[in-house]
Amino acid sequence: MMEGLILIGTIVAKIVVIIVALLLSVAYLTFLERKVIGYMQSRIGPNRVGPRGLLQPIADILKLLMKEIIVPTASNRFLFIIAPIISMTTAIAAWAVIPFDKTFVLANINAGVLYIFALSSLGVYGMLIAGWASNNKYAMFGAMRAAAQSISYEIAMGFALIGVMMAAGSLNFQTIIQAQSGGFWHWYWLPLFPLFIVYWISGVAETNRAPFDVAEGESELVAGFHVEYSGTAFALFFLAEYMNMILISALGASMFMGGWLSPFEGIPYLESAFAWVPGIGWFLIKLGFFVFCYLWFRATFPRFRYDQIMRLGWKILIPVTIVWIAVVTLAVQFHIGPWFKEIL
Amino acid sequence: MKKRLLQYIKSFTLWELLGGLMVTGKYFFKRKVTLQYPDEKTPNSPRNRGIHALRRYPNGEERCIACKLCEAVCPALAIKIDAEPRLDGSRRTTLYDIDLFKCVYCGFCEEACPVDAIVLTRFQDYHVENRGENILTKDKLLAIGDRYEKDIASDRAEDAKYR
Repeated sequence: MMEGLILIGTIVAKIVVIIVALLLSVAYLTFLERKVIGYMQSRIGPNRVGPRGLLQPIADILKLLMKEIIVPTASNRFLFIIAPIISMTTAIAAWAVIPFDKTFVLANINAGVLYIFALSSLGVYGMLIAGWASNNKYAMFGAMRAAAQSISYEIAMGFALIGVMMAAGSLNFQTIIQAQSGGFWHWYWLPLFPLFIVYWISGVAETNRAPFDVAEGESELVAGFHVEYSGTAFALFFLAEYMNMILISALGASMFMGGWLSPFEGIPYLESAFAWVPGIGWFLIKLGFFVFCYLWFRATFPRFRYDQIMRLGWKILIPVTIVWIAVVTLAVQFHIGPWFKEIL
Repeated sequence: MKKRLLQYIKSFTLWELLGGLMVTGKYFFKRKVTLQYPDEKTPNSPRNRGIHALRRYPNGEERCIACKLCEAVCPALAIKIDAEPRLDGSRRTTLYDIDLFKCVYCGFCEEACPVDAIVLTRFQDYHVENRGENILTKDKLLAIGDRYEKDIASDRAEDAKYR
């Protein structure tokens, strides 16, 4: 009885830690985004609220929370309210299986990758329902574009991750990370380089971020599927989008960059010199790199045209992944290099 | 054929995209050009044509003699003047309104003025909070003139030899 309570208590504590950290990082990711994009455009970005503008996200959150939630009369009220909740819950729930450290993972389940796929597919429903329930043509267009794009790129992303699963021989995140142990050249980004690139491109497209943000396309569709949302309801979509960005980055970090593994494993001096860095530190550095790339892309690339997005997804990325999966199959069969050792 | 192959290689290595990323990456570390406006301002010329002012003589007498040349020359019809002889017999304005919404800041009024009464100062940052405040009355114009007389005089002196 007592043991059960303690177990539940630790799980709840872990959940609280993860969610609070996530919410904070989303808030400061918006700040970072404005700063980074500003810097790349020779501006300095927000710097008025608090020291160096560091309280800007707090001010933004307060603004969003104080605003009225307007429900259009012509909308379907129930679906209109439930859509942001679906988006948000799926975005949060996916974090359950992400391993932050050797021991720190909420649910170390065997079908972790499958679970992530399931939840990222569910997230599409949030967008689709939001667009439909708004009863607004722009929201509808935005939702259809976002859904079509997410679903198409999910295939490319799934194939890219299948390569990882074949190499590691497991769907469990911890096993996948352990399989990459030993120096940064043992990580899967090297043997699975094309899949890594495909994963990253389709990850950006999956979250509907620039340069694949036609679903928002402010010049055509105002804001996409969430035109009619205001206040906290909008904030939920916003949170979900940014959480998904961080999630895709975390996935990339653990699938291709060795998660919480140190990059210097097996290098004589560096390994001992950096032994003090905890696993979560390495994980956050890798995650931060991917998140920075998101912002970097947004500052660099112009938006794709819609048919170009579909062409890239179906006619380029998917064939590339299929070819490379065949290569991986052979490599796994013949245990090539240090990456495809015999799985014990 | 060779060109086509080259293009395939280029697009599969994401060559152009990496080039773009290099450019933004370089600018990330470059010096920023933002001017933090209320704290920092760009230098402006003594000829800068900002908000209007009516000047006085050093003895405190207003310069304007209500000749209405500025009203006549104003291309935007922004100036409205009424005049009457004052008690001591000198001709003075009773009404001198400038509509800031109509004014195009061409400076013709200043050019036309025979006594250097109406001038455009170098100050540009002012605002209007309520309806009607966009009309600068005679009192307001004289007040602006009193406040900035030192700057106005030094600006005119600096520019005098080019006039």
